[in-house]
Amino acid sequence: MTAEQIISAPKLIVRGLNFYYGADRALKDINLVIPEKMVTAFIGPSGCGKSTLLRTFNRMYELYPKQRAEGEILLDGQNLLDKKQDLNNLRAKIGMVFQKPTPFPMSIYDNIAFGVKLYENLSKHDMDERVEWALKKAALWTEVKDKLKQSGTGLSGGQQQRLCIARAIAVKPQVLLLDEPTSALDPISTAHIEKLIDELKKDFTIVIVTHNMQQAARVSDFTAYMYLGDLIEFGDTSTVFTNPKRKETEDYITGRFG
Amino acid sequence: MPNLLREASLKRQTVFDLLFRNLTRLAAFAVLALLAAIIGSLIVGSMPAINAFGFGFLTSSAWNPVTDEYGALIPIVGTLVTSGIALLIAIPVSFGIAIFLTELSPRWLRRPLGIAVELLAGIPSIIYGMWGLFIFAPLFADHVEPWLNDNIGTWPLLGPFFSGPPMGIGMLTAGIILAIMVIPFIASVMRDVFDVVPTMLKESAYGLGATTWEVMWQVVLPYTKIGVVGGIMLGLGRALGETMAVTFVIGNAHELHKSLLMPGNSISSALANEFTEAVGDLYTSSLIELGLILFFITFVVLSLARLMLYRLSKREGHGA
Repeated sequence: MTAEQIISAPKLIVRGLNFYYGADRALKDINLVIPEKMVTAFIGPSGCGKSTLLRTFNRMYELYPKQRAEGEILLDGQNLLDKKQDLNNLRAKIGMVFQKPTPFPMSIYDNIAFGVKLYENLSKHDMDERVEWALKKAALWTEVKDKLKQSGTGLSGGQQQRLCIARAIAVKPQVLLLDEPTSALDPISTAHIEKLIDELKKDFTIVIVTHNMQQAARVSDFTAYMYLGDLIEFGDTSTVFTNPKRKETEDYITGRFG
Repeated sequence: MPNLLREASLKRQTVFDLLFRNLTRLAAFAVLALLAAIIGSLIVGSMPAINAFGFGFLTSSAWNPVTDEYGALIPIVGTLVTSGIALLIAIPVSFGIAIFLTELSPRWLRRPLGIAVELLAGIPSIIYGMWGLFIFAPLFADHVEPWLNDNIGTWPLLGPFFSGPPMGIGMLTAGIILAIMVIPFIASVMRDVFDVVPTMLKESAYGLGATTWEVMWQVVLPYTKIGVVGGIMLGLGRALGETMAVTFVIGNAHELHKSLLMPGNSISSALANEFTEAVGDLYTSSLIELGLILFFITFVVLSLARLMLYRLSKREGHGA
């Protein structure tokens, strides 16, 4: 059974994707389907290409001159690697959250409004509503509603990361990319974020990179195991973790390597 | 026996540590002592002038060695105006240089350009003065000042500032030369602070779909504002105190004109020009008071910068 058959509603389809850092080939002919409104996890040892793969989805690599991707990534049938695809428009549809919280040096309110202002010209009232909506979605509203004018950098690490998630969803993207979103957080904040991911998948397609296998098992519906730029195995999470088809996957998951 | 040896070496270390601590303390306090000594001698030196003119010294535009009447208004205005022009030009240009060097420039061009900017800072100010007087001023007089006269000179509000005989030397020329001199300072500080902005922070903004300009203006600049203001203050400090280059091109006339094309005088160029010729106690004392005023201006400017940063961080919500 191929992945395309398992998944009835694909959001992103990756076909024949190769990625190069200069002359180094970091992704080798990746084929993958990301299902809509589910959580897909990329796991694998450091350097396997899981973050690289994630960063092709919003073409973040284009900031760096020597990096390039070849192949196709279809978002609702449209190839987003196409040069004609407007980059800012793409990034409005695909939001991203990083390994460490990255609040902008401005107030909590302005942090959320920052991305919205890039695309929409909202009235003060509508913007207030949008900020509240995003903060509620990110389960941060009750903690910050009385201090929206205070700096985002004054929050705790876990709160900052939820602020970043709120900022990403405030522009109402379709896909949310999470690049090891809890790697800098304590266990309680991590639990908060994981619970949040479970809530968010009702509205968004989520792709998460994690080096924490338990986390992948807990939060994801589908899992992709990668190694040295190859996609070794992809399937629904319970199958990958309990009954992997490939020996390499089993070795990694059981902790015999990696 | 080994115990004794260890004790001896421990004792030696303690003595050395004590010595080291006191040496560093001495060095640190030497700075304070020097500062106090300089301010003290400036105040003592300017007492005759302070006694003679009082606060009127600050508002008087008189400068007459024959009748022994002196006022600081013209040099103060000259210093502030030329430094102001310099910053007005240098800040946007430096910001552009720093953005290009950190974000847009191809990698192979970064080093040579960066080194070129730093070399610009290493050129002695006398060279800027000579170049300004012999090359820049004539070109400016022939090509730019007539144009300014014909165009901006006829505007209702701005006009008077840009009309006058095209002589090449004057306040505007001094301001432009100062701008060139402070650009490398401001630009290299800006580049250095932009360089340390976490990549992830910039990527977060790019990831929301922001353009390079939006990322620089709304995220990088606020993130680095303390460093940027520091760089601007460094430049301003240099512009306020710059002597040689300004003396060459400002015209050294104790005249107060509305037009920026006319010659004027700055505190430092007045000091450089007149100290050797100053006869009479009141003349010398007035010049020393000018020095004291320059000291004071620099101090006030630095304090204002601190205050501004404090306000900014408060508005952002850190203090609340």
